[in-house]
Amino acid sequence: MKREYVYPAFGRFWHWTQAFLILFLAVTGFEIHGSLRFFGYEQAVRFHNGAAWSFLVLIAFAVFWHFTTDEWRQYVPTWKNVRAQAEYYLFGIFQDAPHPTRKTKLKKLNPLQKIVYASLKLFVLPLVWVSGLLYMFYRYPQKHEVLALDVTTLEPIALAHTAGAFALLVFLVAHLYLTTTGHTVTSNLKAMVTGWEDVEEEPAPGAGPSHAAATPDAR
Amino acid sequence: MKKILLALVGLAVAASLVVAQVRKKDAGPKPVEALRETYRTKTKPSVDHALFAQLKGPFRRPQDVTAACISCHNGRHTEVMSSSHWSWERVEYVAGKGIRAVGKKNVLNNFCIGVAGSQQSCDKCHAGYGWADASFDFSNPMNVDCLACHDNGGTYAKKTAGAGLPEPGLDLAAVARKVGRPQRENCGMCHFFGGGGNNVKHGDLDVALLDTTREVDVHMGTDGANMACVDCHRAVKHQMLGKAYSLSSMNRNRVACESCHGAVPHEDDLLNKHGYKVACQTCHIPTYAKVNATKLRWDWSTAGKLRDGKPYEEEDGDGNHAYLSIKGTFTWGKDVVPEYAWFDGTASHYLLGETFDPSRPLVLNPLGGEYDVPEAKVAPVKVHRARQIYDTKRRVLVQPKLFSAAPGDGGYWGDFDWNAAAAAGMREVGLPFSGSYGFAETEMNWPVNHMVAPKEKAVSCEECHAREGGRLAKVGGFYLPGRDRSRFLDGLGTTLLLATLGAVVVHGGARIWFRRRRHAGGK
Repeated sequence: MKREYVYPAFGRFWHWTQAFLILFLAVTGFEIHGSLRFFGYEQAVRFHNGAAWSFLVLIAFAVFWHFTTDEWRQYVPTWKNVRAQAEYYLFGIFQDAPHPTRKTKLKKLNPLQKIVYASLKLFVLPLVWVSGLLYMFYRYPQKHEVLALDVTTLEPIALAHTAGAFALLVFLVAHLYLTTTGHTVTSNLKAMVTGWEDVEEEPAPGAGPSHAAATPDAR
Repeated sequence: MKKILLALVGLAVAASLVVAQVRKKDAGPKPVEALRETYRTKTKPSVDHALFAQLKGPFRRPQDVTAACISCHNGRHTEVMSSSHWSWERVEYVAGKGIRAVGKKNVLNNFCIGVAGSQQSCDKCHAGYGWADASFDFSNPMNVDCLACHDNGGTYAKKTAGAGLPEPGLDLAAVARKVGRPQRENCGMCHFFGGGGNNVKHGDLDVALLDTTREVDVHMGTDGANMACVDCHRAVKHQMLGKAYSLSSMNRNRVACESCHGAVPHEDDLLNKHGYKVACQTCHIPTYAKVNATKLRWDWSTAGKLRDGKPYEEEDGDGNHAYLSIKGTFTWGKDVVPEYAWFDGTASHYLLGETFDPSRPLVLNPLGGEYDVPEAKVAPVKVHRARQIYDTKRRVLVQPKLFSAAPGDGGYWGDFDWNAAAAAGMREVGLPFSGSYGFAETEMNWPVNHMVAPKEKAVSCEECHAREGGRLAKVGGFYLPGRDRSRFLDGLGTTLLLATLGAVVVHGGARIWFRRRRHAGGK
């Protein structure tokens, strides 16, 4: 076991700000949707719009960061080890088997994460951003109208936005739970706070099953 | 590393502040303050009519007063005579019916139904003298009643059932010497009492507006803007701005809130955006008939019951007529929450002689507009429902003669005979009557425009953006956030969410269980 600096400062800042914004947008958004009452409708709308703009600003920085640091390569999906990773979550994890993939600064995501995060970044989040912007800038049928986009009703926009919101919520629940599947229950969480994580060393050839006995549970 | 982190946090904060600033408008003097200033100074008449020799009098006939007025204001009578206050009709395009002359003269309502046959009584509110029957000369300028609208002394009154002539015995010269710009009292004399009593018709035009607070009406409250009717309903050459959609059809010559307040009256764009599809009145008139009740339902079918051969009246607990032998049964409402409808400023009308389907309520003035119509906005409406007489064989609404000048003339209020009243009324409008009558359910739409509440009392977001029971629950054709959703999508989303939570519980539970077993085995 060695400590490695897996999550650089901006990555952590981006992650936690985004986490807060998504949670906040979910609460205010579902209040606007009529599913709950918390801030009051007017405040919910104001907060939701404000948080949405903050989110877009954050994303602008994050996109820049991904490309300048080549971080985007981390998210390129691969089929390699997908099966092993799935088998780990379905079987190995219960036997305290070792993680099938090693986490390093250069390879911080496992193959399942790559697929899920890439689709989040390429499909779900853009769906929410685009539908959200259309929601804000939807032109209601009005006098002296100039039709830029011939969208005649808010409904498809609102429904796309709602669908994205549900997808994000589902991701959030699964994501929160999967953070507990690290080396210890809280090690992933701690790493995302400090940047440093205990990572498994390259397993010595033939070491395999002894691993279970070698790691006393820190829970 | 910390430095970079701090710099990034700082940058993000700065960026959010920039975004917040971009959305804030330059604070100048609020437009509404400028409006208050404009209406704070009340116009004073430029001349004192008491000093004019022409108005010394005495005037034997009211027409002599008109002649005196015209002797200085020459030509003004032609303006009045081309206005709807005189003609009681306008030539307009009626949706689906073409260009027609429609107005109080010939359009039926579901209150006192129509003027034909009852001119003697109804024409108390005509801006003229002597319109007692169809023979009235609309081209005689001497019959223009200047005083009804211009008396500033508060002494002028028209005689009940006097065909628009003044109360006998009035000192007309004294009235004439105190003329000026129309006051609330002048307009209210007719517009408050339409339908045969205070606030009966409109619901938002109540005699209480003569002296009221801004709580009731921000514009007319004496502790508010204290405005007169004609401050908004301006007249150019005696053509008043604004028209009631009980009678009018086209979207023109209207008074709109936007005329003074502009299209973007709020400092907050969130509210301004509502203005694309929501009329100002919808949020700013949460209830109408705030002081005195208005009629919501009128059932003519129960009229005609007599006690000892005489008509009688009954009052409800609030002192409003619950039953009148001459008119039937009423339901009243006070502080009423309006109904809401898409409204683009146009209305169609049931026109005399049209057949209809009596099995469904007949809407006498269907309002134009739906979500897709650019001009259409959601507007508050008083809906007045009634059961009124119709010809069951010919399936047309009946214009009955109501007012009775002498027994046996057919007037329902004297003879209490629907057959005779229907025959006499239909003869008056030149339509046949089969001799068999019934009572049909009708509805009339009265868009609500007055009794604007102080902004603190405006309708709140949740009153419309509500899943169920909101003010706009019945207004369709669009997606309203907070009210509308896709049941399928919400169901699917919730199911997926619960399934994920379930999977987490099962998976997590299994992990704990296996771990315990391992530990137990280890010992």
